[in-house]
Amino acid sequence: MRTGVPGKPSTFGAAQGRPVISSLAYHVSRHDVPQHATNRLAMSDSEHGLLATTRYVPRLRLERSEMLAQHRWMAPGLRGLAKGRRAIASWDEDSVTMAVEAGRQLRAALPDLDARELTFASTTLPFAERLNAGIVAAALGLAPQAVLRDVTSSARAALTELASALRRDLQDPSSRLVLAAERRIARPASAQEMIFGDGAAGAVVGRGRPVATWVASASTHADLVDHFRSAGESHDYGWEERWVRDEGYLKIAVGTLRRCLDEAGASAADIGHFAMPAPLARINEAVARKLGVASGALVSAAHESVGDLGGAQPLAMLDVALRAAAPGALVLVAAFGSGCDALLLRRTDVPCPGAAPDDGRAETSYLRYLSYTNQIDLEWGMRAEMDNKTALTAAWRDHARAARFEGGRCERCGTVQFPRSALCVNPACRGQDSQQPTSLADVPARVLSHTSDFLAYTPNPPFQFGHIDFEGGGRVLMEFADTDVDELRVGLPLRMVYRIKDFDRQRGFRRYFWKATPDRVAIARAAAQPAEEARATATQAPLDPAQADVSTTGAN
Amino acid sequence: MAHGIRDKVAILGMGCSRFGERWDCGADDLMLEAFNEALADAAIEVGRIEAAWFGVCLEENNVGKTAGPLAQALRLPRIAATRVENACATGTEALRGAAYAVAAGAYDIVLALGVEKLKDTGYGGLPVRTRGVANDLWLPNATAPGAFAQLASAYAAKHRLGMKDLKRAMAHVSVKSHANGALNPKAHLRNRITEDDVLKAATIAAPLGLYDCCGVSDGAACAILTTPELARALRPDAEVVTIKAVELSVSNGEEASFSAWDGAHIATAREAGARAYASAGITDPRGQIDMAEVHDCFSITEAVLMEDLGFSAPGRAIHDVLDGVFDRDGALPVQPDGGLKCFGHPIGASGLRMVYEIYQQIHGRAGERQLKRVDRGLTHNLGGHPHQNVCAVSIVGRHGA
Repeated sequence: MRTGVPGKPSTFGAAQGRPVISSLAYHVSRHDVPQHATNRLAMSDSEHGLLATTRYVPRLRLERSEMLAQHRWMAPGLRGLAKGRRAIASWDEDSVTMAVEAGRQLRAALPDLDARELTFASTTLPFAERLNAGIVAAALGLAPQAVLRDVTSSARAALTELASALRRDLQDPSSRLVLAAERRIARPASAQEMIFGDGAAGAVVGRGRPVATWVASASTHADLVDHFRSAGESHDYGWEERWVRDEGYLKIAVGTLRRCLDEAGASAADIGHFAMPAPLARINEAVARKLGVASGALVSAAHESVGDLGGAQPLAMLDVALRAAAPGALVLVAAFGSGCDALLLRRTDVPCPGAAPDDGRAETSYLRYLSYTNQIDLEWGMRAEMDNKTALTAAWRDHARAARFEGGRCERCGTVQFPRSALCVNPACRGQDSQQPTSLADVPARVLSHTSDFLAYTPNPPFQFGHIDFEGGGRVLMEFADTDVDELRVGLPLRMVYRIKDFDRQRGFRRYFWKATPDRVAIARAAAQPAEEARATATQAPLDPAQADVSTTGAN
Repeated sequence: MAHGIRDKVAILGMGCSRFGERWDCGADDLMLEAFNEALADAAIEVGRIEAAWFGVCLEENNVGKTAGPLAQALRLPRIAATRVENACATGTEALRGAAYAVAAGAYDIVLALGVEKLKDTGYGGLPVRTRGVANDLWLPNATAPGAFAQLASAYAAKHRLGMKDLKRAMAHVSVKSHANGALNPKAHLRNRITEDDVLKAATIAAPLGLYDCCGVSDGAACAILTTPELARALRPDAEVVTIKAVELSVSNGEEASFSAWDGAHIATAREAGARAYASAGITDPRGQIDMAEVHDCFSITEAVLMEDLGFSAPGRAIHDVLDGVFDRDGALPVQPDGGLKCFGHPIGASGLRMVYEIYQQIHGRAGERQLKRVDRGLTHNLGGHPHQNVCAVSIVGRHGA
C-alpha cells in the first residue's frame, strides 16, 4: 500500500499528520486466573495434547524511536506507535531459518521428539516452488518418511493446522510439529513497519505429558479482504481498519469464538487467557468485551519488545499464555485472516519446557534495517558482484553436509571430521569408508582462531569467521553470526545456528548453511563460575606437544 | 635411493620485471621484460631453450589456459611448454618442474617463467572467486587477509601474548620490508614507513592493518636453468649458482579438519623446510642460511615462518624480530629485496622473484641493498591459507656451498 500521498490519506497504515493508532492496548496476562471447576490436574503420561510450545525471536531489536526519527518529517503520526523495539531478522535469517530455530528449541525441550509430520506456516516463504518445510525438515534432521507441508496465504494458517492436529486424537505415539515463521517487509514509514516483528513460533502435538489439552475449536472462512499481497509483491495493501474491526473482528471473529465456546460448553467468563493477535488498535479489547472475556485475560502481544509476528503470532501468543497460565486454566486462542480460527485449550500442571526468548540486542540503525531488507541499495563494491550460482547437482550430492551439518565419525579411531570423506583424516588411522554420519549442528564448540574482516563482502560488515573446534572432536572453518565486533576471542563458547549463507540474486536462489554464534547462556554460566572458566580456558589453549617438537626437529 | 637435486641444476640466467601497478603493460609485456633480461644474462640464443614451465595462478584473470600464452609472448620455437599452478606457490612450481627436468637429464637448457597480471580487476586486493562448487556450499568465502589473520589470533593465544605486543612485532616486520624495498628500483612499494604508521593504519582483517598486507602487483620473473657442467662451459668466467633443493609440501586437510593443529603455525612449511634442509645438507638453518626470502603475504606470516623454518625457537619469533635479527643488517636478513610486502606479489612470479634476489645477491648485483656475502639463500613460497596450503622451499647457493 502507498502512504504519504498528500491529500489522499489511506487509513490502513497511513500515518501522516494524525495518530492513526494512538496506542496499542496490549496487556500483560494475569497469573491469578481462577481455576475452572472441572479441572483435571492429574495427567497420564500418554495423553494426547499440546506437548510444547516455543517462540524464536531474532537477536536484533530495532528501536522504534529510531524508525520514527527517520520518518517524522513526513509521517509524524507514527509517534503513537514508536514505543519500544521490534524484532528484526538479521540479513541471513528468513522464515525458513527462524522456523528451524523454533524447531530446534522444541527438540531441545522434548529430547525424545520423533516428529512424523511437519507443517510450516508462513506468508513469507522464501520459495514459491520448492517445499520450504523440506528445507526446515532437513536442517532438523527429520526422518525422510515424515509428512511435510507448507501452509500459507493467511495469518491464521498455523492455528488452523494446530487446531486440526489437536483435534485428531490419533493413537500412534509419534508427534506432529507445527512451525510458523514470518519475515514481513512493510513499506518504509507505514504503520505496519512499526507494528510488524520478525520471528517464529512452534508447537508439538502428540501423546505424552501435554502442557495443554484440546477442549474445542472452531473455524470460519470469509473472503473479507482487509489486506492482501499479490504474488510477487513485497508489500501489503490494506483497507480502513475501522471497517476491519466492525465487520471483521467484531462479527467474524466474535462469531467464531462464540461457536468455539459453545462447543466446549464454556462461558467467556471462564477464560483465563485470551490470545488474539490484533495488529490494529484495541481490537482484541473490543472483541473480549463483546464476548464477555475479562479484560485482564488479554494476553500480551509483546508489541513493545518484539512486534506482531504475522502468521507466527497466534502460536507465539499461545506460548506466552501457556507459560503464564495456572494448571486448569482455559486458554482461548484466535487467529484472524480471510476468516477466523478459534482454539480452546486447558492448561495442565505439566511445566512448559524450554525458556522464553531473551531481550536480544538493541539495534539503532534504521538504515541497517533497510539494507537487510533490500529496501535500499547501498554501494557494496565490486566484491559483492561475485556470482553465487549453486550447482544443484553438488548441492544434492552433499545435501546432508550443508543441511544437517553432517560430518563423519570414524568407527576405527573415533575422530570426528567435517566434511565426511572416504579416508579418515587422522594420519595415524587412515581408515577407509570407516566414517559414520554425525551431525555437528547441536554440538558445542569453541573458537580456535578468528578475524573480523573488513575487506570481504558481507551484508553485515565485518565478515567474521574462524576455525572452531567442536566438543568431542571436529574442526571447521566457519562464519560467525549474531556476533559483536569485539566479542570474539580464542576459547569463546559457541553454538550453531542455521542461516542463509549466500544469495544468488541473479537467479533468485539462496543457499543455507550453519554458522557459529556465541553461546551466551554458556558464557553467562561460566561468568558466574569464574574459577571453572579459567580452567576451561586453560585446557582450551591449543597446545600440541607433538607439533611443537616438529618446529625444532624440522629445523635440523 | 633418491636424495634430491643438490648441485645437479645450475641457474644460467635470471630476469625479473619491475613489479607494480603496470597499467600500461599486459602479461605479454611483463613476460618479455623478464625474459629479455634472463636471456641476456644467460648469454644464449632463444633456440637453445628446449622446454619451458609456465606459472600463472589466476589465469581467468589474465592469460587464460595452457602454456600457449608463454609460447606466443616469447615466440618460443614450438618447444615443449607446460603450464603449472599451485596458488601463490606457482612460481616455485614452475622452477621445480624445470629444475627436475634438467636433473633428470631430459633437457640441457630449460626456462621457468612466472607471470601475473592482477591489476585488471577494478578493485584492490586479490580477485574474489569461487572455491569450487562443493566448497561454496559451506566454506566461508574468506579473503587472504582474513585467513592469515587467524594465525595472529591463534599465535597470540598459544604463546599468551597480548595482541599489542604481537602487533608491535608485526609492525617491525613491515617497517623492515619497506626500508629494504626503498632500496630496490624494481619494487612496487618504495616508501619508508614507521612503526606508528603501521599501528595507526586502517584495519583490513583484525588484527591485520593495511601495512600488515603485501602489495598486489603485476610482474613477471624467470630463470634459465641448465646443468652445472654446461653452465661452466657457457659462462667460464661466472660464479656457478646451483639449486640445493626445491621441496614441496601440500596440506591434506589435516590442519583444516583434524584437531591436532594449533592454528598458530604453517605445518607444510615445517615439512618442506625439513626436506629441503635434508636435501641441501643443512643442519643449522639459522647459522647456515645467509639470507631468506619468505612468503610474507602478511606480516604475521613472516613472523611465524621464522619458527617454522627453524630460524627462531618456538615462541621466540617476535623477540628475534624485535631484536632486528631479520633486518638487512641483522644476523639473518629476511626479504632484503622488500619481499612480497614491498617488491610486490604478482602471484605466478613471486617464487621466481625470491630466487632472483638470492641470485643477484650471490653475484653481488643487488645495488644499494647488497648484503655482505651470500653463499646460500632460502626461499619459501606459500599458496593458499594457513590451514590448507602448498608450501615450496628452495635453497640456492654457490656451487659446492
